[in-house]
Order: sequence, then structure tokens, then C-alpha cells
Amino acid sequence: MKRKDQITRILATDCGSTTTKAILIEKRENEYRLIVRGEAPTTVEAPYEDVTKGVLNAIREVEELANIKILDNDKIIKRINPEGDGVDLYISTSSAGGGLQMMVAGVVDKMSAESAARAALGAGSIVMDVIATNDKRLDHERIKRIRTLRPDMILLSGGTDGGTITHVVQLAEIIQAADPKPRFGVGYKLPVIYAGNNKAVNEITERLEKKTALYVVENLRPTLEKENLKPARDKIHDLFMEHVMAQAPGYRKLMDMTDVPIMPTPGAVGLLIETIGKRDKIEVLGVDIGGATTDVFSYFQNTFNRTVSANLGMSYSISNVVKEAGLKNIMRWVPFHMDEKDLRNRIRNKMIRPTTIPSTVDELQIEQAISREALRLALEQHKTMAVGLKGVQKERTISDAFDQTSTGETLVNMLTLNLVVGSGGVLSHAPRRVQSAIMMIDAFLPEGVTMLTVDSIFMMPQLGVLSTVHEKAATEVFEKDCLIRLGSCVAPIGNIKEGQEAVRIKFDGNEYRFNFGEMNIIPLGLNQKVKAVITPAKGLDMGIGRGKEIETELEGGVVGVIVDTRGRRPFILPENDKDRVEKLSKWMKELKVYPEK
Amino acid sequence: MAHSYTPGLKVTEKAILKKERRLPLKGEVLVKMGDFVKADDIVARTLLPGDVERLNLAGKLGVPPKEALSFLKVSIGDPIKKDQIIAESKGFFGLFKTTVISPIDGTVENYSDITGMLTLRKPPKKVEIDAYVNGKVVEVIANEGIVVQTPATFIQGIFGIGGEAKGELKLVAKSPDYVLTKEDITDDLKGKIVIGGSLITSEILEECVKKQVIGIVVGGIDDKDLKDFLGEEIGVAITGHEEKGITLIITEGFGKMTMAKKTFEILSKNDGKRASINGATQIRAGVMRPEVIVTYDDLNIKFEEAKHDQLGMDINSLVRIIRQPYFGSIGRVVGLPSQLQKIETEAHVRVLEFEFEDGKKIILPRANVELIEE
Repeated sequence: MKRKDQITRILATDCGSTTTKAILIEKRENEYRLIVRGEAPTTVEAPYEDVTKGVLNAIREVEELANIKILDNDKIIKRINPEGDGVDLYISTSSAGGGLQMMVAGVVDKMSAESAARAALGAGSIVMDVIATNDKRLDHERIKRIRTLRPDMILLSGGTDGGTITHVVQLAEIIQAADPKPRFGVGYKLPVIYAGNNKAVNEITERLEKKTALYVVENLRPTLEKENLKPARDKIHDLFMEHVMAQAPGYRKLMDMTDVPIMPTPGAVGLLIETIGKRDKIEVLGVDIGGATTDVFSYFQNTFNRTVSANLGMSYSISNVVKEAGLKNIMRWVPFHMDEKDLRNRIRNKMIRPTTIPSTVDELQIEQAISREALRLALEQHKTMAVGLKGVQKERTISDAFDQTSTGETLVNMLTLNLVVGSGGVLSHAPRRVQSAIMMIDAFLPEGVTMLTVDSIFMMPQLGVLSTVHEKAATEVFEKDCLIRLGSCVAPIGNIKEGQEAVRIKFDGNEYRFNFGEMNIIPLGLNQKVKAVITPAKGLDMGIGRGKEIETELEGGVVGVIVDTRGRRPFILPENDKDRVEKLSKWMKELKVYPEK
Repeated sequence: MAHSYTPGLKVTEKAILKKERRLPLKGEVLVKMGDFVKADDIVARTLLPGDVERLNLAGKLGVPPKEALSFLKVSIGDPIKKDQIIAESKGFFGLFKTTVISPIDGTVENYSDITGMLTLRKPPKKVEIDAYVNGKVVEVIANEGIVVQTPATFIQGIFGIGGEAKGELKLVAKSPDYVLTKEDITDDLKGKIVIGGSLITSEILEECVKKQVIGIVVGGIDDKDLKDFLGEEIGVAITGHEEKGITLIITEGFGKMTMAKKTFEILSKNDGKRASINGATQIRAGVMRPEVIVTYDDLNIKFEEAKHDQLGMDINSLVRIIRQPYFGSIGRVVGLPSQLQKIETEAHVRVLEFEFEDGKKIILPRANVELIEE
């Protein structure tokens, strides 16, 4: 790889389960900017079964759009001189091939098993199942589960260093009895990472060495109050490259093409979200909704968390969204009357032909209705996981540990949340930006004042991996070309009678009044920030108590300030079909969400 | 522009198929390279380790884990029978003995003196795989299986349920848009694979199961009917393990969908012939579609295989619309503008100009068509 200051042209790809995206970044007038973006269907499946074909197709589109030569036949030209054909750096992320699928095991479900799950999730994995000695299953059920799931690897933890070894050895014996086989290939042993009680290493090795490819790393929960996830995470990354990626169609070729190791997509996006939270000292919620999975990232109370909802997505997993959310919950967001049979068939047809796109407004509205539920469910799952220990290597007292494991209270707080970052096809490619804003508002129900942003063209994965090798380039492109600021959302908590005045917002000498049960926009452009006084009605709360006025900063954006007075805790949509359609249509018309028919 | 790969299902009378027949675990391959095999021939077999039963021996005996082993009346590796006494405590002066009996037939696998758990294993299960299609063994994967190659008529469906099945194809539909009725499902269809038209309902599916029809190939099904038939909602599209006594292959999609003319014609031509079908579908990485295979009597027949893999969309390509509106319509590509165009949703996408058979033209996203082989 070239020296950082010599890198002036960067090519980055992200191989998703449906689409492979390529971006070209160039240093122009001393700053790094996005030049063009290309995409092509991912070719990890038959009949192509070679991920590099899709990568090359996406790069060819970049070549055409930027009018430069990057490829020499099927090889990426790496520049020797600062000028001329080719690129200085090529990097890639990937979630194709089903991503990384793991199973984790720990002694206590809310303690070591939960820490192990966090380590796996943080490394970009999908956690297929969590086995714990207190998971209320019988041994033979656990054994059967391990056998049938065929994970890519297993992370085993349990016991504090020097503590009792019985329980963690018992888990090892279960794995030993299951004699697990990896998902790809018959010929090699399943990788198992042991990150538990250091006193049990010999016993674990004795039991698992012959039947699995065993790797021992430091305990991820060395004491009750301390979590040490990094060694396990790093090992997961290494093994992901070595075992999983190398087995997926065409990846060996792709690995040879890139200048730095391929990163799992969610790992890359997570890095970016964590960086924003830390740098700006704010609470952030990020979401990346893909075809097969939806990843949620959060940074609350200085703690980064990430979850993957493996079967919530907009193409491959679309039917599962319907299964999990229920058809009624999807239908509640469709702003017209629709026959259940028709809706079911449409969703299924998208599932079996996942690369198709909506070509009419009705179809777009259905797809965006489903996305709200996928996002809502993914956040629900995230809330249950984003609990517990306050970050890697952070000390706590024993009483804290018991507090948190017993209550399991989530760190996610929609009121203290400052920033929402949306990414993924359905959010980034929504024809109108206001559609992305309203999808996120409906799904997440932010409270108080929250800034909404969206990844302009779905390039956060590439920027995430870029940030590990060239932080300056990643930051500049992220700020200038990637993050689109939609505007602040103002949403008082509580419910009052419909039509009553709900909130007054004053800034720059103007006062805006809004009644309960509405959606409105106050025009405020990009980069405009104002000091505003927000006065909720007696029965409503902006965060410091009912009827209490707050002074806060509002920021504009490509949409403006969105005032949502539809109520919170609970947010209620009319049950009656006619009223519901009427309401949705009114809100969408007010916000000019869709083109007029 | 960059070469455009367009999804399309393979529907052809001339395919050279290779089918991998692989054991889930290493075992014994029973045929040799170059052998001609019949669909029903067993080509490899293995013994799948039996399920495991774990017994808290120390707990049951009421002794520390390190001591429990001395009370075991069997050795590691010994075969055991259900209800056999496998351990016994000494008790007081020969009284109040605690006995531990085996809950299964099997063998004693191991004992852990740390956890006090005794692992017992049930007898292994025999797993055999057949050739699935008539053909020639062109590769032997040592201890794992074989690859069978055969010239065949090959039809890929879009979605299916149920696993592999073999039987005679029986044309029941009168036309590609025919809707099967209860009266169509007669007793003589037992053991056969029914070729339907545009729609099958859960009622007809139940009737087919009752009459022991082993498979159905049909254009479409309403999702509601599929849910009713399966008794549950399909979440992630990974199928093939349903045990409903029938394999269902949907060729076009959900809803009432007229079977593609070519698919219907090929299936009709093969009426009465023996076919191998599989409903297994995986719409994820490593996509797997359901299939209908009819092999040729002459396994040495030579023909040029229809080119599919390298097909790209071009002017005059025959395509089918695969999304609403106009779902299922077939026509020709008459324009491929390279610039992105704004469509009704206001999205800017790559489009094509599509001409219906009656000459009417529309613009639609390229992503919403699939190529049809001619």
C-alpha cells in the first residue's frame, strides 16, 4: 500500500446480499470527495457464483461515469505514479454469502453469554443462537440445535478468571458431543473460540481440540464487573477471513484484489457511528437496512452497541418482516385500501424476485410501509441487547452488575437521542428525502428534539473500512458527500385531545403553532441553526415535564424542521380503516411525501 | 454500458446437467467413475452418529464427580440397553442403594469427572443417497459422494416446497391459464406429478395429498392458500424440508399466474415421462430454485446446450415483466437508454423500452424484467 499522503484516488466496494456498490473517491484541491458511484447485482449466487463478477461490473460502471480507466481486463490497475490510469487504494466490505453466522455459548445467559453475544455482534456477526447453562433447554436439545444450525464458528465463554470451571466445561462437553460441522465444506473442522475462565483452558482443550479447530483467547468477562471483548472480536475477524470468506464463491479472488483485508459490512458501519458519537459527544442511533439483514448501531451513555437482525430486510427477508410484524402492522402504514390477498402476493413476489424495484407510487408506498415495520422490529431487538455493561474494559462496581443484569434496562433512550443516521437502499434511495425522514420517524418514534440524517447514496460501509486505513479521506467524504442532513424532528411526549393546540415554537421573531394529531414542516434550510423556544401544551412533555418550556437548538436540512404532534407513549393510529387511510393521506399530503396522483 | 446480468430461470429441453450427490458426513461411495446409474440407485451411504443423551451421574448417585466413576457398572465404549443398570451406589451396609438405569439403547461415550455428566449415544442412523437422476458418474468425491452428469430437459421453478421426488409427469391442465378443480384430481394420479396451469388452491393441494399425488408443477398459488396448506407463515425463503407428503413447484409466482408458454409446452411434451423434481428453494446467497428434470433415454445423446449463463439483455431480447404492474407480460426490448430515467415513483433508474405482443410500448425499470430463452 502507498503512503497515505500519496493516495489521491481510492476505489471502494461493498458486496451486499443483493447489490454490489462501488464508489470512487479523489483528492481534489486538497480535500477528498466522492466522484462517482456505480452498482451492479451481486454475483455470489448461481449461475455466476463468483462475487468478483459483480464487483467488476460495478467498477465498469464507475469507469464509464467517471470516464477513467481502472480495469485492465479483469485486473484493477494499481497506480505507480500519482497520475494516470488506475487507483492508489482498493478496499472492500462484504455481507454477501449470508455474512458471518455464529453461535455463542456462555454459562449465564444474562452475563457471560450476553457478553459473548455482544462480542460476536460487535465483530459483525449474526448470532444464530445463544446457548447458556440456564437457557432452560435440555442438553440433547442444545446438541441438536448446534448440529442443525451449522454455524460458521462458535464463541464459547463462561466463568470469571480463576473461578469455578464446572459449568464452562459442561458447555464444552455439549459442543464436543454435538461434533459440529461448518456450513461450508465437509473437509475442515469448525472453528471454536474459547474466551472464558483461564483456569479451564486445559480441560477445554482436552475436550475440543480433536473435534474442532480450537482457538484460545483472553477471557471476555475476566471479572464480573469487567468486559474485555477485543481479543475475542479480533479473533472472530481473523477467522472470518480465513474460514468463512475464503469459502464463499469468488472471495479468494476478491481477497487478492484488495489492499487491506475485506471487512464485514456491519463492522465497518459500526465504526463510523461510534466515531461520530465519541467525537461529537452525542447520543446516536444508526441503522442500515439491507436486503437480508437490518443492523442497528447505538451510542448511548458513552457505550457503543450493535445488533444484527438477521432476518429483517427488504428483499430476501421481506416475508419474514411480515411474519414477525404481522400483516396488520404492515397494512397500518399503507395510505390506501388494499386487499389482504393482493398485499400478501405482492410481498411474496418481491421475496422470490428480490432485485426488482417499485415502479409505481402504490408499490413504493407498500415497500416503504414494510420498511417501517422492519426498522421498528430491528430497533426493538436492539433495545433488548443494548443493555448491560458500560463498554469495553470499563470498570463497574459489583452492585452495578447485579442491578443491570436483574433489570436488563436498555440504554436506548429516544428522548436523549440526538442524532439518527439512516442507511441502506430503502432509506438512501427513497426518491424524496422526506420519505426517508418519515419512515424513520414512524419506525423509531423519536421524542423531544432529534436530528435526522440519511446516508446520501448508501456508502457508509465503504467509508467505514476506509476510516481504518485513511481516516482523513473517510471523514471528509462522510461530512461532505455522505451524510445528508434532513432536519430536526420535534415530537412532544403524551396525548391530548385531537385538534387542541399542542405546541408553540418560537425562533427568529416568528411563532409557529401546531395542533395535536398533525404532521408539519417549518422551512429551515441546510446548515441553518436557530435557538428556539418550544412550549408544549399542559398535557404534553418536551422532556423536562408536562407543559414545561424548553430552549433548544433546531437545525434545518433538506426537509426542514418536522413537527410531529401525533403523540407518543403511546403513539396511536386509528383502528378503523377509513379513518386510518384518511389520517395517513393527510399527513403525507402535508409533508408532500409522495407525488400527487 | 456495463454488461447487464439479468435474472432468468432456466427452461430448456437441452441441458447438460451435473448433480452433486453428497453425504452429510463422510461415508462410503458405492459407484465408480464412468458408471451409468439409475435415478433410484443408492450411490453412497454413511452412518450418522446417533443423538446424545447426557446423564447427571454424580448427581443421581449423590456423590462428588470425581468419585462417581467408581460406581459405574459399564465401561466407556460399552454397548448398553434401555433400562439396563449402568451404575449403582454402595448404600449403607448394602441397603438404600441408588441405581442408575440407561434411558436409551446405545453406547457409553464418555464421563466427565469435572461435571459429573455421563454421555450416552444412541445407535447410528443409516443415511443413503440415491442418484436422483439417470446419468453417468463423472466425478467421485472420495468418501463423500459423486457427481452425475446427464443430458436432460430442465425446468427451474421460482419457488417450491417439499424435497426430492420421482414419478411420472401427468398433464392435467388443459391450457397454461387453466385452474385445477377438485374433479381433476382423480385416483389414477396416485404416485404421479401433476402439471397444472395458472393456479392451485389449498383445497386442491389437500385433495392431491389425499389422492397421494407426489408432486405438482403449476404457475401460481395465493400466499394465503400456501399458508393455510402449510399451517404456518413462511418467513425466510428456505424451503425443501416441509413434510406435507407432496412437492410443490411454482413456476411463475404468487397469485394466479398463467404458466409461461414455453414451460407449459415443454412439460406437455413430456407428459407420461418419468421426472425427478425438487421443491427446495433458497433465496439467499447460493440461491437454489426448485426444478423439474426429465432425462433422455439415450444418455449418450449429443447436443449443443442452450447458452444461458452469458446472456445479457439486448435490443430485441425476449423478456418477461416480473413486478406489478403488467406482472407476467411477455414482450421484446426495443430500447435500452443508457442514461438514468425518472419513473413514476420519481426514482432515477436504468430503464428499458418494452414492447407488448400487440405493439404497445412502455418504459420500465430494467430490474423488473427477466430474460426468456428462445
